[in-house]
Amino acid sequence: MNRRDFLKSSGALIVSFSLPAFAQKLPGALERSPQLDAWIRIAADGRITVFTGKAELGQGIKTAILQIASEQLDVDMKAIELITADTALTPNEGYTAGSNSMKDSGTAILHATAQAREILLAEASKRLGVGAEQLTVQQGEVRAGDGRRIGYGALVEGKVLSVRAAPESKLSRSRNVMGKSVPRVDIPGKVTGGVAYVHDLRLPEMVHARVVRPPSYGAQLKSVDTESAAKLPGVIKIIRDGSFLAVVAAREWIAVQAMRALKARAVWDEPRKLPQDVYATLAKLPAQDTVIAGADAPPVSGAKVLEAAYTRPYQLHGAIGPSCAVARYENGALTIWSHGQGMYPLRGAVAELLAMPVERVRCIHMEGAGCYGHNGADDVAGDAALIARAVPGKPVRVQWMREDEHAWEPYGPAMITKVRAALDASGKVSGWQYDVWSNTHSTRPGKAGDLAAGGHVAKPFPPSPPRPLPLPDGGGDRNAIPLYRFPARVTHHFIPEMPLRVSALRGLGAYMNVFSIESFMDELAAAAKVDPVEFRLRHIDDPRSRDVIRLAAERFGWAGYQKKNGHGRGFAFARYKNHAGYAAIAMEVQVERETAEVRVLRVVAAVDSGEAVNPDGIKNQVEGGILQSISWTSFEAATFNDTRITSRDWSSYPILRFSHAPQSLEVHVIDRPGEPFLGTGEASQGPTAGALANALAHATGVRVRELPFNRARLKRAFAA
Amino acid sequence: MTKLDVNGRVHQVDADPATPLLYVLRENLGLNAAKFGCGLGQCGACVVMADGEAVFSCLTPISVLEKRKIRTLEGLGSADKPGPLQRAFIEEQAAQCGYCIPGIMMRAQALLERNPGASETEIRAALQPHLCRCGTHMRILRAVARAGQLMRSKP
Repeated sequence: MNRRDFLKSSGALIVSFSLPAFAQKLPGALERSPQLDAWIRIAADGRITVFTGKAELGQGIKTAILQIASEQLDVDMKAIELITADTALTPNEGYTAGSNSMKDSGTAILHATAQAREILLAEASKRLGVGAEQLTVQQGEVRAGDGRRIGYGALVEGKVLSVRAAPESKLSRSRNVMGKSVPRVDIPGKVTGGVAYVHDLRLPEMVHARVVRPPSYGAQLKSVDTESAAKLPGVIKIIRDGSFLAVVAAREWIAVQAMRALKARAVWDEPRKLPQDVYATLAKLPAQDTVIAGADAPPVSGAKVLEAAYTRPYQLHGAIGPSCAVARYENGALTIWSHGQGMYPLRGAVAELLAMPVERVRCIHMEGAGCYGHNGADDVAGDAALIARAVPGKPVRVQWMREDEHAWEPYGPAMITKVRAALDASGKVSGWQYDVWSNTHSTRPGKAGDLAAGGHVAKPFPPSPPRPLPLPDGGGDRNAIPLYRFPARVTHHFIPEMPLRVSALRGLGAYMNVFSIESFMDELAAAAKVDPVEFRLRHIDDPRSRDVIRLAAERFGWAGYQKKNGHGRGFAFARYKNHAGYAAIAMEVQVERETAEVRVLRVVAAVDSGEAVNPDGIKNQVEGGILQSISWTSFEAATFNDTRITSRDWSSYPILRFSHAPQSLEVHVIDRPGEPFLGTGEASQGPTAGALANALAHATGVRVRELPFNRARLKRAFAA
Repeated sequence: MTKLDVNGRVHQVDADPATPLLYVLRENLGLNAAKFGCGLGQCGACVVMADGEAVFSCLTPISVLEKRKIRTLEGLGSADKPGPLQRAFIEEQAAQCGYCIPGIMMRAQALLERNPGASETEIRAALQPHLCRCGTHMRILRAVARAGQLMRSKP
């Protein structure tokens, strides 16, 4: 069913209109999809459907959007159906990424639902002969003072309401649902075994497939003996297309066994081209240099000049559930159920991979395990598409194995930063020069060549040319420009050539840049002999920044802190992307020097994401961001030899376990009712890394500038 | 045919006896909760209970489970009638993506049935075999402690 059929079948209506060229910008994603009926539809029986092009990734976006629509329309959340990213039904909102869902889709739906309410009021006013100002909306009805009432469904029935989104809306000021910590709508299903993920999708006649991924990047399949796999009972088909090798079976476990049988008998040509010294390699690769701030800043000079360099290794998204997709190819049309972050871009890539017209491909989002950026989700959807075409009529479910996800997902890029700054006689920063070297932070499809399978088929597709992501969001240079008030010259050295496969990992360059800047701010504060929190406040005027810094410090008890032996405290702050959510973090750690064991005892965070639609949802995201960043910062680095990735499971790529979760973690949300939504999911990772580095330095007197702070590194650092 | 007792119902399962329980639960019995995570016993997403003990269903062949009572998250209650542990996870909003949660809950159920008064230290130690990538650890710890209270307050 396409969107038009869907609208017709339910006798609906709020409508379409052709789009005139208006000069004034529309709020949020309305700018890109300006029809109100792209976002909200009310059926004749009063049923309300809200559409978002964003996807639930475990961040709670469904709940927040329902809260917004519920508040603006004055109907119960339960009375609203929400449809998420689906190329046949929802607006194209690109990717669900960059902490942009509230800013783009939340804002669009806030205004679309408010405008729909005003249209309903105007319509009721006409019918009742009463001024709209004397009418109220309540639980899906428009009510007049004399007791007369009309349901929303009746108001749209049989009428074409020709509506275009206006640049400004009369927003409901009531706060019965927005601003409340409403329980998430998806959690009951997830804790009781409901169908919650694409992994749980079971279609009639569905079969299972596994892909035999090459053992290394660029490996070519020379030969494979398929006989023993083909003999397994229940094996339906073995598919080979160049170096793309897959097996389809009636049962999932048979597919796994057949995949292993094929793997054991596949002979590959493997290039030996992985770098042995990552940072030296990156430093030598050609780079495109752009001065992104302070082109005419004076050279760094002052009473004291300090400098430092920091490194970050390749790091994994590491979804707990390996990527999965279901695809069905029938009568020249393809439907894919996927947990990718961009259904429309995926549709384009898959259509190219299969040489199909884009209109014949439909991509429907279903949840997966948390992805935290571009992982194997799109790749496995490409796999499923290729395999489904080989078994027409049968839905095919493909799930990657653990080693596929670890070895093939695109990593968060390795990065290098260098900073040099001067303090004047009064202990203030008088000059700052900062350089960041990085690959791109997005190789999302796009194009067929951006899918793993696209590079493995007999006629491989070229990957899209790597590009730096534009500021103000930026990629490797995200948050590279310091937020503090001093002259700063910042250069982004963009490295096109990618020794390892990389793409967007939660926060992109912000994690590394904030880690570097906030580490160095502490080094400068120490040189200036000023308390680190006070030092930051002396260099920042923005009131909302100062508010989160002060609140985190106060709730932590920064001023009265008594240092104990082996303990240390650290502080860090950033405003994500320099224009989104604010986060300040204070942390206490305990370090055992002999074993190099670091325990995070206490974390206190203060965040400002603009108007808080669901404060507990914001807390949950920030808590998660902090824990994930403690994991990245303490443990995580992808390993490889000259040929293969050697991080292939959780023992060769350890992440945080319960033993290393902090003893206590507090998140304080500063609500800003009426202010724009700023997003939350990626605000806390950078500050967490900075706070941890600073706490470690405070506890031990040793400054560690290379990530991660694993035991081997710390032992060497303590011994030095 | 292998006879399996799952959530109090006996099923005749037509699968190779070497098949790991996880695949039988998900495919033959249509149960969603237990998840494939690593197939190696390193992450805990697949954990269910067998005779009151937490087991990695991705590694345990059905042939060794014939005489044992298997419980999965579906056996603890439903979205309409959640059991104490499920209630506690909903009340604490102890999930983000939620993929790891069913395995963690079954490990917690096994712990709380043995020791409903488990301390935070004991809960942390019990959950050590489990990974949560979203970083929901603090809420999970609170939810398990809360479930222990709910279980103790009910005779």
